[in-house]
Amino acid sequence: MTTEATKGKYNVIGTRPIRHDGYDKVTGRAIYGADIKLPGLLQGAVLRSPHAHARIKSIDTSAAKALAGVGAVITSADFPGSHDTLIDLGEGAINFRYASNNVMAGDKVLYKGQPVAAIAALDKNIALEAAALIKVDYEVLKPVSTVLEALKPGAPIVLEDLEGQDLGEKIDGQTNQANHIRHEFGDVEKGFAEADIVIEREFDTAMVHQGYIEPHNATATWDEEDRITIWTSTQGSFPTRRQTAGILRVPDSSVKVIPLEIGGGFGGKIPSYLEPVAAILARETGRPVKLLMERTSVFESTGPTPGTWMSAKVGVKKDGTITAATADLRFDAGAYPGSPVGAGMMCVFSCYDIPNTRIDGYDIVVNKPKTAAYRAPGATQAAYAMETVIDEICEKLGMDPIEFRIKNAAKEGTRRADGPIHPIIGAIETHEAAKASDHWNTPLEKNGPDGKLRGRGIASGYWFNIGLKSAVTISVNEDGTVALTEGSTDIGGSRASISMMAAEVLGIPAEDVRPHVADTEGIGYTDVTGGSRTTYATGYAAHDAAQDVVVQLRERAAKLWDVEVDEIEFANGSYQSKSDPELRLTHKELASKLGSTGGSVVGSASVDPEGAGGAYSTQICDIEIDPETGKTDVIRYTIVQDVGTAIHPSYVEGQMQGAVAQGIGWALNEEYFLNDDGAMVNSSFLDYRMPTSLDLPEIETIIVEVPNPGHPFGVRGVGEVPIVPPLATIANAIYDALGIRLRTTPMNAGSILSALEAKK
Amino acid sequence: MVEKVRVRATLNGEPVDFLVAPYVSLLDTLRDELGLTGTKEGCNDGNCGACTVNLDGRIVDSCCVLGAEIDGSTVETIEGMAEPGKLHPLQQTFLEEAALQCGICTPGFLIAAKALLDKEPHPSENRIRFWLAGNLCRCTGYDKIVKAVQKAAELA
Repeated sequence: MTTEATKGKYNVIGTRPIRHDGYDKVTGRAIYGADIKLPGLLQGAVLRSPHAHARIKSIDTSAAKALAGVGAVITSADFPGSHDTLIDLGEGAINFRYASNNVMAGDKVLYKGQPVAAIAALDKNIALEAAALIKVDYEVLKPVSTVLEALKPGAPIVLEDLEGQDLGEKIDGQTNQANHIRHEFGDVEKGFAEADIVIEREFDTAMVHQGYIEPHNATATWDEEDRITIWTSTQGSFPTRRQTAGILRVPDSSVKVIPLEIGGGFGGKIPSYLEPVAAILARETGRPVKLLMERTSVFESTGPTPGTWMSAKVGVKKDGTITAATADLRFDAGAYPGSPVGAGMMCVFSCYDIPNTRIDGYDIVVNKPKTAAYRAPGATQAAYAMETVIDEICEKLGMDPIEFRIKNAAKEGTRRADGPIHPIIGAIETHEAAKASDHWNTPLEKNGPDGKLRGRGIASGYWFNIGLKSAVTISVNEDGTVALTEGSTDIGGSRASISMMAAEVLGIPAEDVRPHVADTEGIGYTDVTGGSRTTYATGYAAHDAAQDVVVQLRERAAKLWDVEVDEIEFANGSYQSKSDPELRLTHKELASKLGSTGGSVVGSASVDPEGAGGAYSTQICDIEIDPETGKTDVIRYTIVQDVGTAIHPSYVEGQMQGAVAQGIGWALNEEYFLNDDGAMVNSSFLDYRMPTSLDLPEIETIIVEVPNPGHPFGVRGVGEVPIVPPLATIANAIYDALGIRLRTTPMNAGSILSALEAKK
Repeated sequence: MVEKVRVRATLNGEPVDFLVAPYVSLLDTLRDELGLTGTKEGCNDGNCGACTVNLDGRIVDSCCVLGAEIDGSTVETIEGMAEPGKLHPLQQTFLEEAALQCGICTPGFLIAAKALLDKEPHPSENRIRFWLAGNLCRCTGYDKIVKAVQKAAELA
């Protein structure tokens, strides 16, 4: 299927070729991070804190070091002194000092699972045995786990040296409030005074994990010239290089990161956890060291997305016009500052055109793992608040929720609440497609079998998408195929989408492009695979590099025919003379003559595009609740999304479906369940319980294409906005089924039963 | 050092004869001792299915079986699924239907789906979803995986 907007416009874009890395991935040949083998390889283990908050009084590693087969035992004393410099990771930033303590705790542990020591040994079992021999003397401190508790006077202080900020002013004394920022526009008091209906609600959401199936891993060598080589699964080789070099206090160029295949990330494989530790173990032993994280530690020690407390207030006139809105978003950052509250603030009102707005955002440290990006970080929580309030307003107004959204929709020229003016966006087109969908036009039978109750919900979401830096080179082979080298690690088919854009420019089939993800010494700086930027920005670089190839091939044709370059035009995959129609060569024919006209042609481009285009999604879901057990089944789900241009529609649909599945898990079931000591007690797949194939229905996708003028092929970015609406969509469906509004996640069977009980 | 155990088995149709420590899982045996890294570790506690292999006609999580236990058994892993130069229909439909994104769970899904189709050539959608519920995928939402299995069943 080609979608409407791309039909007939392109030869390659909009088609569905088999992805280039697919054969290796269905046969088990693809080499992921954990699969690397090196001569003399040692296996490592990391000893982690059993306490959520404690002072480390001493660590005795002597018995571990004495165990036969142990190569090295390290603690934070083996790390170089830390320094206060902010590292920009593409999606979020972190201070090096905190990053260093996060990979190996200093004098305090701030969450259960924080590393306190690491071992390299001949095999995994010896390493684990050695870990058990390390004696850590802890002074256990009272932990604080939620944002509201953390802000109370007298709360345990997570970071004693934290300099808290409040609206640009330094907070006197110790605090857990890293920051409080505000976006204000218009006059909200006046706006609420003009409203006929004002609704204000409060929300709590639980911390959840990205849940990628592949645990973190890193293998390192440290050679005689102090050159460090890292093999790992990462969303960004260059950001991993920067973090590792920064923590080790060596120049970036001393570290080479070789990205292996990556088994999921969703934002969680942007931060480095094991790389600097493996490097120091390699330095101490003089041998390669591999670290593999256990699943428990993935949950307890790597980046989840924040738990929050939020409030949202919206005022509307009787005709359905929104007059004002305010939001207060308080996000837990985990143990170190840097929650995605800023991104949540950018998104919370951005589906709408609202004249008066105020958004407060708080970044708060608590005794939980440092949060990391998770797919549209911060926007899902914010949309849960906003879109359930909107649903309530639509009900009060007696107005169709899609008509309400169209009436108040943000469009080109609308000022986003945090300042930027929207360029061409597809909010209205997305709502219109939802309105026309089969799902919306098929009435739901409200009574299910066996006394089950059904409901339908709808909600929308926005994500801004990002650009950032990408580099691509393309070299032309004499058989007409091209080798495309890029720096974006491929998590979900981006080799295909990037290759397809190069193929489109060159006038060759997608299969004639051989993509290669290079290490940090094989390509120019490339930012993370995240922020929905890969197909956008690396695709942009592929487009420009392919254009560079075309320029050079025109020169070759001119040389061959001994005419001026201006005489040569390139159209429909062929180079031809404007004046002599006999002089015409296809890309393939011209490629075969490169050897005799000056050697291979190599095109390149390095870009940092500014024109990332925001994306919208509207989602509809039908659920069926068993009032006896409180269990919710999703029985139908439709996602509508503006993607700009769908380069490879199958992988676009896949992003949409996968994000919805994660959103359903987040809405109904997933949470970090902490005990009174602040320790996560459900840190296994069994107890965390992500959705299985049996928990989900078919997820219907409707691709809307409003091309982004900031990209040569109109790409917006696909991966993140689809996870923004699901929580609100499901909450609104639960209301439709039961007449109960749940404002706390997870909205699991227990909370539904309690709410049903309270309603009686 | 614990004494290693001698194991003789049939792996992907070929005889193997090796020594393994008695506490090493089949997953680590395949990956570390026998060099077959196509079988993946996701949780190492039997809850994700990334390490699914076929053991004497039944699918098992290889992290929950000891390498020493396969003595005398027949084991099939992802490396044995395609014939030389020819993918198994499920491998082909997974590619055509874009039923993988990151690919880490894919070997486990393919082994599990093959066991289903070997037993029941024409399963219903619900049967496929039930059968595959022991394999976690976090990327796809399962939709395209289920469709790829359905398509492979239609081709059979």
